[in-house]
Amino acid sequence: MRIRLQIWRQASRDDSGHMDTYNLDGVNPDMSFLEMMDHLNEDLTKKGHDPVAFDHDCREGVCGMCSMVINGQAHGPKQGTTTCQLYMRHFNDGDEIFVEPWRSQAFPVVKDLVVDRSAFDRVIQAGGFISNHSGPKPEPNSILIEPEVAEQALDAATCIGCGACVAACPNGSAMLFTAAKVSHLGLLPQGETERYPRARNMVKQMDKEGFGSCRNYAECEAQCPKEISIAFISRLNTDYLKASLVEPKDRRGKMKSQ
Amino acid sequence: MLTLDSKIPQGPIEEGWTNHKNNLRLVGPKNRPNYKVLVVGSGLAGASAAASMGAMGYHVECFCFQDSPRRAHSIAAQGGINAAKNYRNDGDSTWRLFADTQKGGDYRAREQNVYRLAELSAAIIDQAVAQGVPFAREYGGKLANRSFGGVLVERTFYCRGETGQQLLLGAFSALQEQLAAKNVTMHTRTELMDIVLVDGQAKGIICRNLETGDITSHAADAVVLATGGYGNVYYLSTNAKGCNVTAAYRAYKRGAGFANPSFVQIHPTSIPASGDYQSKLTLMSESLRNDGRIWVPRNPDETRKPNEIPEEDRYYYLEERYPRFGNLVPRDVAARNAKDVCDKGLGVGSTGYGVYLDFGRAIEKLGENVVVGRYANLFEMYERITDEDPRKVPMRIYPAVHYTMGGLWVDYNLMTNIPGLYAIGEANFADHGANRLGASSLMQCLADGYFIIPVTIGDYLSRNPYGQVTTDHPAFKDAENAVRQQQEQLLSINGSRSVQSFHRELGKLMWEHCGISRNVAGLKKGLKLIPELREEFWQDVKILGSGRQLNQALENAGRLADFLEFGELMCRDALLRDESCGCHFREDHQTEENEALRNDEDFAHVAVFEYKGNDQTPELTKEPIEFEALPLASRNYKT
Ligand SMILES: Cc1cc2nc3c(=O)[nH]c(=O)nc-3n(C[C@H](O)[C@H](O)[C@H](O)COP(=O)(O)OP(=O)(O)OC[C@H]3O[C@@H](n4cnc5c(N)ncnc54)[C@H](O)[C@@H]3O)c2cc1C
Ligand code: SF4
Ligand code: FES
Repeated sequence: MRIRLQIWRQASRDDSGHMDTYNLDGVNPDMSFLEMMDHLNEDLTKKGHDPVAFDHDCREGVCGMCSMVINGQAHGPKQGTTTCQLYMRHFNDGDEIFVEPWRSQAFPVVKDLVVDRSAFDRVIQAGGFISNHSGPKPEPNSILIEPEVAEQALDAATCIGCGACVAACPNGSAMLFTAAKVSHLGLLPQGETERYPRARNMVKQMDKEGFGSCRNYAECEAQCPKEISIAFISRLNTDYLKASLVEPKDRRGKMKSQ
Repeated sequence: MLTLDSKIPQGPIEEGWTNHKNNLRLVGPKNRPNYKVLVVGSGLAGASAAASMGAMGYHVECFCFQDSPRRAHSIAAQGGINAAKNYRNDGDSTWRLFADTQKGGDYRAREQNVYRLAELSAAIIDQAVAQGVPFAREYGGKLANRSFGGVLVERTFYCRGETGQQLLLGAFSALQEQLAAKNVTMHTRTELMDIVLVDGQAKGIICRNLETGDITSHAADAVVLATGGYGNVYYLSTNAKGCNVTAAYRAYKRGAGFANPSFVQIHPTSIPASGDYQSKLTLMSESLRNDGRIWVPRNPDETRKPNEIPEEDRYYYLEERYPRFGNLVPRDVAARNAKDVCDKGLGVGSTGYGVYLDFGRAIEKLGENVVVGRYANLFEMYERITDEDPRKVPMRIYPAVHYTMGGLWVDYNLMTNIPGLYAIGEANFADHGANRLGASSLMQCLADGYFIIPVTIGDYLSRNPYGQVTTDHPAFKDAENAVRQQQEQLLSINGSRSVQSFHRELGKLMWEHCGISRNVAGLKKGLKLIPELREEFWQDVKILGSGRQLNQALENAGRLADFLEFGELMCRDALLRDESCGCHFREDHQTEENEALRNDEDFAHVAVFEYKGNDQTPELTKEPIEFEALPLASRNYKT
């Protein structure tokens, strides 16, 4: 196959960036999209041009590292698929393909197709955990969990933190990501105690990071490679609402000094 | 000669860990914040260690090369995690898990270490559940189990096919809690480049900020390496692209012993490479072998499509060769046999390196729904990658490099022979001997991180005053300069070949000469060819751009430079280990039935290598392994 690529090039955070055109020969339909990018980089290196920087690691759809907007869609045209799991057989000989980084105020471009997603980690730090130390814990079978509830929690926990939902949203909202974590933990009895403060604090942090608000475009769900359901967003909204009805109290500092 | 004091507890194996713990020195809670510990790596081992030590009050800094600690390669583990809970009442116990692991490792691990692992396994499940890991549940709401290769009980806990992801997210969230509490600081997109020793003790590390290219020094009271395995020395493996040996290898060059470098596990069922552009291999869970039948055409010149080949022309080689275990022989046996039939010209697929895994019979017997129900996500993954529907056409599979049992030598406290330098998780050599059983790596990583290192590190720290060294010490400047120099050298070569092309070539070389089965001539050839390739690399590699920016080719070149030295060490170890054991199969040591033939008299030891300088032969020290609790027996999966 021979394709024509239009790729976003940006030397650094401060650079303004632009699209560049590359014609690429010798593309095999069985190549993954990232193998095609490797092939391009090999070609560029040979010609003495700076190769295109892009994030990737596991190349099997689970680490959440790969992140390209392909022909206007986060992770490309195939539903429920990460960039690394997309294959060139889904394109045609002679196609022109547009490749861009995630676009969001909260995810600044670092170089070419690489963005800074540390905002996601800070949202988790605001409450995306069940407080715990390592050490002896209760026997797990002493707290029974309906298999259906465990499965729902797992549906939410399957989020790979890639950020496609943000890139897909016209508003750059991170609601799907946040809702997935709030739902995963809130559905389980272990996470019940911190359920409401968790929702409140994570949403607060989300706003602080500059993510937009949710306007129900549902593009996040459509482009999420793990097909996380927007039903979790309603759950988050309910928890958040309940949380805002009670005055937040944090006695942690006090407890320590006693 | 290295002095290797393994610090194995004496006395009955059941009391070993408890007695040992009771005799360790501790650091008091008030004093812990004064001690700074660097944890390099944020996979299951690193994240659990950093979170646990942070929660205890130590001043922890954690490092990873990805953009978030959640992306460590542990995320990709599929199958599950073992624990001796005996929920199924099928005769499981700590002892049995210990015995299975030791037998699976072909008796090349320390008994006391393996027993401790089995002993801690149940608490790992408790810890994970408390963090909110959504393990599969049965109808009554209790935890579910499944069985895994090489054992006769059901003790594996799982979350669909994404157990590693969920366990890592558990450890990651614990780590995020500690980050929020400011007990831990995280350095992402930061790669370890060297380890700094002062008066023979590990006192810090040198890193490169992958975004800015800054070379930075970090001083501390102890350093923990949790940097994972080195399967990528073969270029093609099931590991993530970034997995590397750099941290462990730099430690080795600073004097840490490297144990059993040639012990590599090759998984029998991955999707075969489809062409030269292939960048990694994807694992298909071995649970598929429960219902799939493995075969190749009997005729090397077969041209018919698989479904048109009648039964009598199909060679079900595992069923014929191993009637009792059939398609469920252990990983190494299945892998070797696949290679054997392909080498005989019977392989299938465009490259000739593949065998069929056929669900036709199972679908006929159980119905398509049942079979698809069991393996839905795997079938989907296979189809996504190959564009073939395994319900209609047999899958094609081939062995792939998967896990490295070898690693930095550590004592019972998980400390290397360099005081203050620890290695945990896949980065150390400790618990799996010459072969790892399925679902036991996750267990080991978390035992190391949640329960062992937080206790044992106190013993070392308490014997040393804190904050003795700062980054002003000349050792840091020297190491920084050496790192810069290597980087500049790489950038100045400006040759004609890409980093990737060298890595591919090294991979092929390693696979051919130090792969599934090994022989003296091949290993000697490897020992000759690797230095030649290394030479060429340093003459002719082409890396564009500068070191003062995000430069992925430069990152890869640094990792490859270490692989190009390390591959030689692997061949050397494989040559010196003049026996077959576990995954290390030497063609000159096999039984009449082509099984691995151990030589316990001469090789019941850990082979530990010591760096002696560039172009010098590394020196071998042997740590003998004692068999007190479990008598030696030979592995036999035929009867
Ligand atoms: C596809 C697959 C499936 C598997 N399935 C199972 C299973 O079902 N059950 C099981 O028990 N095991 C399984 N394993 C094995 C298991 O996943 C790994 O052995 C284990 O996760 C390793 O964890 P770790 O914490 O030691 O290292 P990793 O998770 O690899 O983490 C390494 C960390 O070190 C960091 N790092 C590495 N080098 C550097 C450096 N130079 N500088 C800075 N940071 C560095 C990385 O950023 C990362 O954070 C599987 C493995 C694979 C490949
Ligand atoms: S919700 Fe989906 S798109 Fe968003 S981060 Fe998670 S996996 Fe990615
Ligand atoms: S590279 Fe890991 S999800 Fe794509």
